[in-house]
Amino acid sequence: MSAVEEMSGQEGANQIADVVVRFAGDSGDGMQLTGSNFTEATALYGNDLATFPDFPAEIRAPAGATFGVSAFQIYFGSDEVSTAGDQVDVLIAMNPAALITNLKDLVPGGLVVVDVDAFTDKNMTRAGYKANPIEDGSLDAYRVLPIEITKQVLESVKPFGLSHKFAVRCKNMWTLGLVMWLFDRDRTVTIENLEKKFANKPDIAQANIAALNSGHAYGETAELPTGVEVYSVPKAEVPPGLYRNTTGTDALAYGLIAGGQLANLPITFASYPITPASSLLHTLSQQKQFNVVTFQAEDEIAAVCAAIGASFAGSLGITSSSGPGISLKGEAISLASATELPLVIVNTQRGGPSTGLPTKTEQSDLNQAMFGRHGDTMLPVISSSTSVDCFDVAIEACRLAVQFMTPVILLSDGYLANASEPWLVPDINDYEPFPVTFEDNAEGFTPANRDPETLARVWAKPGTPGLEHRIGGIEKSFETGDISYEPENHQKMTDVRKAKIDGIARYIPEQEVAMGEAKGKLAVVGWGSTYGAIHQAVKRCRRENLDVSHIHIRYLNPFPANLGDLLAGYDQVLIPEMNTGQLVNIIRSKYLIDAKPLNKVSGQPFKISEVEFAIKSLLEA
Amino acid sequence: MNAPLENLTAKDFSSDQEVRWCPGCGDYAILKTIQKTMPELGVAREKQVFVSGIGCSSRFPYYMNTYGFHTIHGRAPSVATGVKLSNPELDVWVVTGDGDGLSIGGNHMMHVLRRNVDLQLLLFNNEIYGLTKGQYSPTSKVGTKSPSTPDGSVDMPLRPCVFALGAGARFVARTIDTEAKHMGPVLKRAHAHRGTSFVEIYQNCPVYNDGIFDQIKEKKTAADTRLVLEHGKPLTFGAENEKGIRLNAQTLMLEVVTIGEDGVTEDDIVVHDETNKILAQMLAGLKLPDFPEPIGVLYCEATAPSYTDDVYQQRIVVKEQKGEPDLNALLRTGHTWTVS
Ligand SMILES: Cc1ncc(C[n+]2csc(CCOP(=O)(O)OP(=O)(O)O)c2C)c(N)n1
Ligand code: SF4
Ligand SMILES: [Mg+2]
Repeated sequence: MSAVEEMSGQEGANQIADVVVRFAGDSGDGMQLTGSNFTEATALYGNDLATFPDFPAEIRAPAGATFGVSAFQIYFGSDEVSTAGDQVDVLIAMNPAALITNLKDLVPGGLVVVDVDAFTDKNMTRAGYKANPIEDGSLDAYRVLPIEITKQVLESVKPFGLSHKFAVRCKNMWTLGLVMWLFDRDRTVTIENLEKKFANKPDIAQANIAALNSGHAYGETAELPTGVEVYSVPKAEVPPGLYRNTTGTDALAYGLIAGGQLANLPITFASYPITPASSLLHTLSQQKQFNVVTFQAEDEIAAVCAAIGASFAGSLGITSSSGPGISLKGEAISLASATELPLVIVNTQRGGPSTGLPTKTEQSDLNQAMFGRHGDTMLPVISSSTSVDCFDVAIEACRLAVQFMTPVILLSDGYLANASEPWLVPDINDYEPFPVTFEDNAEGFTPANRDPETLARVWAKPGTPGLEHRIGGIEKSFETGDISYEPENHQKMTDVRKAKIDGIARYIPEQEVAMGEAKGKLAVVGWGSTYGAIHQAVKRCRRENLDVSHIHIRYLNPFPANLGDLLAGYDQVLIPEMNTGQLVNIIRSKYLIDAKPLNKVSGQPFKISEVEFAIKSLLEA
Repeated sequence: MNAPLENLTAKDFSSDQEVRWCPGCGDYAILKTIQKTMPELGVAREKQVFVSGIGCSSRFPYYMNTYGFHTIHGRAPSVATGVKLSNPELDVWVVTGDGDGLSIGGNHMMHVLRRNVDLQLLLFNNEIYGLTKGQYSPTSKVGTKSPSTPDGSVDMPLRPCVFALGAGARFVARTIDTEAKHMGPVLKRAHAHRGTSFVEIYQNCPVYNDGIFDQIKEKKTAADTRLVLEHGKPLTFGAENEKGIRLNAQTLMLEVVTIGEDGVTEDDIVVHDETNKILAQMLAGLKLPDFPEPIGVLYCEATAPSYTDDVYQQRIVVKEQKGEPDLNALLRTGHTWTVS
């Protein structure tokens, strides 16, 4: 539902169901901060929401450059919101570069707010404009609100005596104030945030607050074009309880801590910085009071090896990276598989191959997770579908690692890591603990002993008297754990390792249908962060009485035991992925069904309309 | 120093696995000396962990009746760092080779030394890749003929002790595979040191690089080819201790002199000071044929804190500041709101 249709008065009383706002400016303009403050105010207001921060790879691009544009998009509404939205209803463009790079996403008739003071000849040339777009009619399809923002800001912060450089930096807060007026948001939390952020520089805090209030006052008092007035977006109906916003990174970090607690184990988290995975290391390194040791290793190989060493010594070893770093970890992951030690490997995927698109999202490491190692290394692979879901999936990764004594790959991605959404905060006491018991009985002990049910190898940690033993990457005797080069033994050990991983299917939930019936004309099957777009697209199609269901797979290896039968119940299966078709190939080869791919690798998440179009094309064909 | 484990002997540290090095391999002698030294260290067997990479030398943990982890090529320092981070009460040993530790694992070697993780790192230097059948290694002398360098290697080798000191190691020593009497005390010193103790062991590979250390090892020549380091003692050598090492004040380099010749007296001879890093660096670079090769403790900086100590100290401070951890409270940090 486009907000603009409704903004033009159909529902009257300036009430709209949902709206997409995008803040865009130079990477130095503070757009991410603006967006996160608006998000917080919106969550407190009671709308459901989803966000999409989209920033450039360059840390400090030259001012005014198109490749330095940083944007933050938020979709909020009164109904369930699960993507950051397709088309933008309100675009805030702080300079010509931000306008030229973002205008294509603005819905016709949408509102664009521009800082005319930033439309200097130099900036316009740099952005690629031959003439001033505000004046030459090229924005005629939209409603334009040209404001001398810089001038307004300088005026409003004058009393604080800041240098020009610092004064201009308050521009983002002025703009935020205006947008908060437009959607009737409360400024209190933003003011508190500013006071906290600039606690040591009270004049900067006060200047920013003045700019925020001045932007708000401008909305209230200035003569604005008709249609630009306060809109109300009714509160969403969501389950009762205590809420907060979370990014995927935070939820994942907390989930790992929770996993350690539920396993009753200390955590050793070893990592090497890489975008967009680093923030997990940052977040966990602030939580030392939990039994967490974080280690910034010299490279990804050292990181995974330190995690493996920690698991050998009786902690839960966890490592984290993005695709290129996961490649480096491959050999060591196979060591963890061969020695049957628990290990969690988090891959926050980004655009590839090679350095690819470090700050953009993609799901192109599924093949790597499933197959990217030497010598029949099998391991469980699970994925998170939303920022909030990262919490539960992290706990699940820890559970599988310790219950089955195996490395586990958890696939997240850059979108989930950075995007935030409201979270009905869980109570850790509601989660089933899975405490680890270490072997301490020397009677009949060999390091090859296994649980007859799960086939998990025994875990005996150094420091335990009488259980001194050696493990390693060389093939081991099934009976004793000693080195063995026997042909039959290698066959047997390979079979056991495979049976152990395959058997995990008995210890995970059956595949459910996220929306729709358990059989029918079409199932749209997804994994990972495509959840929101698929969900909304299926919802729209079902409103039009189309026979389509949504299935979202968390457990990618092994698949839930019922998945094959479930998929067989649909005439057609469509698999949207942000890669060239990785899950679709696995599903086709495993279940021998003619699943159809829908692929997008632009570094941007799917739009709802893209999935919707694919559904309709298939159903109409 | 812990009291020795009186009821244990070398045999108690020997595992039930058949040792499978080539006959005459220097690794046997090293194994024997380490097994013999272990009871004297006074640390319970179950607290000892041997971590190795890949190579003939890295088979070592299988033969020790302690905890052991035979990992992957070059990465033992990283795995060992994880072991120690997880449980600082364990006594961790890394066994590596010249290829394992200085070629594929050179980066990890540098960083474990720089960080000063509390462990003992034993580098068996046979100047060759034994396990892969004799290719030259980063410590092979120029001109080494091997399957991959049939016309002789041309690249410069590195000196492990020079590398270790360059990387910031706080304990650097060198010893010889068959010299149990020398190796035992060096191992004890290494063990007593808090932080990473780096010990290079000259190890003979009779199959692929036989005899490279013979000049230093053989009785006939040893007096002239070996410089036995003892803290506080002058750096003399030779059958009658008639030769010594002097610092040339003009060139700032060490030189060999003979006492009683050209007016040289005992007072001219450098006295070994294992806390002097500059001296250690000069000694680490001495090599045949121009100099005798030093064995013993080149450098020991006892005061530096170990990485693992600091990591845990930091955690104690944070725990004091933040109080009892409460996950439910953590989940509820930041702005929250209630929907009723
Ligand atoms: C990733 C990887 N690359 C190569 C090898 C093959 N490899 C095993 S041991 C070794 C060299 C060992 O030399 P060194 O560390 O000097 O040990 P030594 O056998 O001489 O004791 C090589 C190249 C391997 N096991 N793994
Ligand atoms: S190849 Fe050399 S180093 Fe390896 S076991 Fe044989 S003798 Fe020892
Ligand atoms: Mg070697």
